Amino acid sequence: MASPEDLSGQPAPLYEARKGVYPKAVNGPFRRFKWAIMAVTLAIYYATPWIRWDRGPHAPDQAVLVDLANRRFYMFQIEIWPHEFYYVAGLLIMAGIGLFLVTSAVGRAWCGYACPQTVWTDLFQHVDRLVDGDRNAQARLANGPWTFEKLSKRTVKYLIYLVIAFWTGGAWIMYFADAPTLTLDFWTGQAAPIAYGTVAVLTATTFILGGFMREQVCIYMCPWPRIQTAMMDEKSLLVTYKDWRGEPRGSVKKAQAHPGAFGDCIDCNQCVAVCPTGIDIREGPQIGCITCALCIDACDGVMAQVGRPRGLIDYCTLDDAASEKAGGVAQPVRKTLMRPRTLLYLGVWSAIGAAMLFSLGQRTRLDLAVQHERSPLYVQLSDGQIRNNYTLKLRNMETRPRRVAVTVSGLPGAVLWTNVGTRENAAQRIELALPADSVTSVKLFIAAPGAGPARQDFTIATRGLDGDPRGDSDTIQFDRPETGQ
Amino acid sequence: MAEHKRIDEATGTTTVGHEWDGIEELDTPMPRWWLWTFYATIVWGLAYVILYPAWPMVDSATKGVLGWSSRGDLEKEMAADAKRRAPTVSAIAATAIADLPAKPELMQAAVQGGGAAFRVHCVQCHGAGGAGVKNLYPSLTDDDWLWGGDLASIEYTVTHGIRNPDHKDTRTSLMPAFGRDGILDAGQIDDVVSFVRVISRQEKAGAASARGATLFADNCAVCHGAGGEGGRQFGAPKLTDAIWLYGGDRAGLTTTVNQPRNGVMPRWNNRLDPVTIKMLSAYVYSLGGGEKGLAPVGEGQGADGQP
Repeated sequence: MASPEDLSGQPAPLYEARKGVYPKAVNGPFRRFKWAIMAVTLAIYYATPWIRWDRGPHAPDQAVLVDLANRRFYMFQIEIWPHEFYYVAGLLIMAGIGLFLVTSAVGRAWCGYACPQTVWTDLFQHVDRLVDGDRNAQARLANGPWTFEKLSKRTVKYLIYLVIAFWTGGAWIMYFADAPTLTLDFWTGQAAPIAYGTVAVLTATTFILGGFMREQVCIYMCPWPRIQTAMMDEKSLLVTYKDWRGEPRGSVKKAQAHPGAFGDCIDCNQCVAVCPTGIDIREGPQIGCITCALCIDACDGVMAQVGRPRGLIDYCTLDDAASEKAGGVAQPVRKTLMRPRTLLYLGVWSAIGAAMLFSLGQRTRLDLAVQHERSPLYVQLSDGQIRNNYTLKLRNMETRPRRVAVTVSGLPGAVLWTNVGTRENAAQRIELALPADSVTSVKLFIAAPGAGPARQDFTIATRGLDGDPRGDSDTIQFDRPETGQ
Repeated sequence: MAEHKRIDEATGTTTVGHEWDGIEELDTPMPRWWLWTFYATIVWGLAYVILYPAWPMVDSATKGVLGWSSRGDLEKEMAADAKRRAPTVSAIAATAIADLPAKPELMQAAVQGGGAAFRVHCVQCHGAGGAGVKNLYPSLTDDDWLWGGDLASIEYTVTHGIRNPDHKDTRTSLMPAFGRDGILDAGQIDDVVSFVRVISRQEKAGAASARGATLFADNCAVCHGAGGEGGRQFGAPKLTDAIWLYGGDRAGLTTTVNQPRNGVMPRWNNRLDPVTIKMLSAYVYSLGGGEKGLAPVGEGQGADGQP
């Protein structure tokens, strides 16, 4: 233990500079899996806005479009209106439960493979290797003097970073407008200022977070590692260094000289060299580990070279670790994955998904909302009838103009008309023309005999007159003066 | 306490020197970028305080060197909005009010604009929804109009007001105070009231109403019409319907015949511009009682229009 005197001359530093991480290239099944995930996720991200989807003349023909100006969300044949935002809420809940499911089963798989920070960091690290060379060359260049070679390599590298970052920011705005039109507008200076602003901000954040901050984002900025720790248990598959098999460490030569004295770990440091967050997995589970499993690939490669069995570093649960340490064997992976907790998550997740699909299939695209005018609650008409005023909000969510009939039931003797006509046009049933893909607000007047209850519930219903006859109805109140007044 | 600082063996990091029930805290240094970001927020905050109004003083805040204010922003927004509305407003100004319904978009804009003006200038008397107040202000939502319910008539009423003493084009009529001025005695008023209640189908005919019929023909029919159907050129209400501003019961009618209320409304052409009045009229028209027919407007009103 250090005495206070030892510390007096050296106050603790205010900050800690980032230690450079120069992960070495590695090959193996997990690396190939990571490649595949990267290719698929990036392809989806960059290409999705360019998929066309014909919806007819009254709607955009972009397959996935978040149309903020017109408050529409298009996803292939599904069109979401603002009042149907619960579908988006449902997707978010599914994403949350999906994360519980994956985390409880295989730990931080999201962090290791699919998180955008991981994907772009991986991409930028490949750029590093492409321009600067592998691990040692990178470190040499980073610590070396500013020679012409370093300057030119840095310039080239940062330019590539910038192109990737700009492409990333540019792809984002394509989700919010017609992609080909926006691209043309963007390059001719015609796009909205918000488009340029968004691209600038996302280019900057991609450049900084992906190019420079990398693992610092995971360790210091991201809340997920803290939350995910609570989602894992002793049956979650985690990247684990099997210290009971590896320790004590010793080189191949030492092990040959003293058979039986050393474990399988030859202390070659390859697991540290390939780690994209720069940690040593042999120190045990830690917050910097994103479970990308590249250390497994590296260690398996070395074990094959020195003729020892693979899996010194491997996916392993805490329970299996305990039983292996005690000389037992791990239970099969299938059994680890299929346990009550994961099955429960899977069940809830599927139930929400199924409910949403069912609801999507059942929803009508002709929606009615009625609001009762309350000021005044009723109007005395000269012939003794009482009139109530209502505002109808008719949503025609189809991409074609519709004709609908509005009828009233449960209110004897009622006639209705809209503010387009006057009372001469009153009828028991009126027809309205609704423009395609729009909300129409109609002021509806309903007159009924003055004799009747002071408050009477009745129903206003709409019905499609062309094609799909399904409509919507709303039960609302008709008010009359209190008797005796 | 600080002298208990020590280096933690497991991590190699200095502790902060405090101990809580055996728990010590590591004095882990911040990442460099974090510290720099923290300093940057301080610089940002200082710059903001210098540039923008920020520091509260005795009666106002410091002004800031940019001269920005939220009131200035509001003025800019108002000016921009006025510019945006200008084409619509001038189109409404150039259209005769009777022609507005033929141009649905202009009509819609006029109703919207009129609604805003109504909420500022009219709700005090006529109520938020235009329902009026019994015994004081007429309802604007029903189908009964004293001076006409078509667009042009409403516009004329809003422009010139009703029984406005300082304006010659105002809509004017005065119902005589039959009781107070001794034109009819109490018994005769009772008879007239009976007759009015018969023609409005509130009572069955009898001897009193038969006497009242003669009195009505002599004293009331000149304005209210022979059958009590009302006279819009005088603003004389229809007496055969279900709508009574001052009450259709016996007490209410007796009071009216004794001493009529003859309500007044200010003219608005001295406070509002013609476009606002036009929009206001369109809004009132849209409340549900608008009439199609266009009554003659202007001529025959005013001083000459009096009975």
